[in-house]
Amino acid sequence: MDLKELSRDESRGMTLIVKTISRLIMSFVILFGCFIIIYGHITPGGGFAGGIILTIAYVLLLLAFGGKVAMAKLSNFWASMWDNIGALSFVVIGFLGMTGGYFFLNFLDHGSPGHLVSAGMIPLCNIFIALKVGAALYAIFIGLSVYGRIVTEEEK
Amino acid sequence: MIAIFHVLLFFMIIGSAVAIETKNMLSAVIAVGAVGFGVSLLFLFLGAPDIAITQVIVEILSLIILIRATTFADNRAVERKIDSFATITGLFFLGFFVMATVWAFSDLTPFGEPLMVVSQRYLAGSSAETGAVNVVAGVILDYRAYDTLGEAMVLFTSVLGAFVILRRRGKKPLDEADTEQFGIISD
Repeated sequence: MDLKELSRDESRGMTLIVKTISRLIMSFVILFGCFIIIYGHITPGGGFAGGIILTIAYVLLLLAFGGKVAMAKLSNFWASMWDNIGALSFVVIGFLGMTGGYFFLNFLDHGSPGHLVSAGMIPLCNIFIALKVGAALYAIFIGLSVYGRIVTEEEK
Repeated sequence: MIAIFHVLLFFMIIGSAVAIETKNMLSAVIAVGAVGFGVSLLFLFLGAPDIAITQVIVEILSLIILIRATTFADNRAVERKIDSFATITGLFFLGFFVMATVWAFSDLTPFGEPLMVVSQRYLAGSSAETGAVNVVAGVILDYRAYDTLGEAMVLFTSVLGAFVILRRRGKKPLDEADTEQFGIISD
């Protein structure tokens, strides 16, 4: 079954009301997460909080549509892959600072404070940390809820 | 302003007591969530919106995980017998630690006046030196980026551990006895 049939299958996930509402809301949650990440060096928030907001959007998808749809959108392989990419890029940025003198030197141009493109490497670090944290928590949630779980007496 | 802190602190203490003493697992999880939202309100009133946002979001995610974990779990409460020796010992140590805490806290500086000189240096020079208006982002990703790297590695290791422990198929073949005992779904 492809994604469209899976998401319309009524035996999976919650009721049609929950599915419709979460389909409407999920894009706004992702938009808010991206805002928190990209403006992390100007407004309160940052990579950690924004990454978890992105995770919550996918957790909403998983709760409303069931595990199969969420795994088809972002599988456990790609979740751990984005986790690795975020961590590796963060370390690479740290080592790029060695060109100017020491580990994690803010080597890019600082710009004028208050603008979106300013503060050198801090926005880039925010984006990579958001990728890392978001994918990691999504992977943990998949591990806890989708992987072979113990069946209780009632479900048998 | 101080009155708000006291109300929130009492709210959180009552929530923690409910979480420990209630018999139903779901009520305990919800009480823990109420304590978490109290902590986030406290951070907001103390003027730390970064920490408040992070606290709210982590609290929501951990509530979802806990509710999902406890609704499938075995919810029977464990019967406890009242042990008088354990109660007396507990009360003695509680009084001892409360007195020690009061004695230790009397040496602290007044509320809102930090002791650390380094933090004043960060507050004064963060915007000019890092270019970030948000001082918290400037501190955790420029002055203290090495600490953030360590934090990221902790999370990375925890994901590896979760995948190893919770993966669907083990490296060893599953016996039929294991399948019956633990009721694991094999796909």
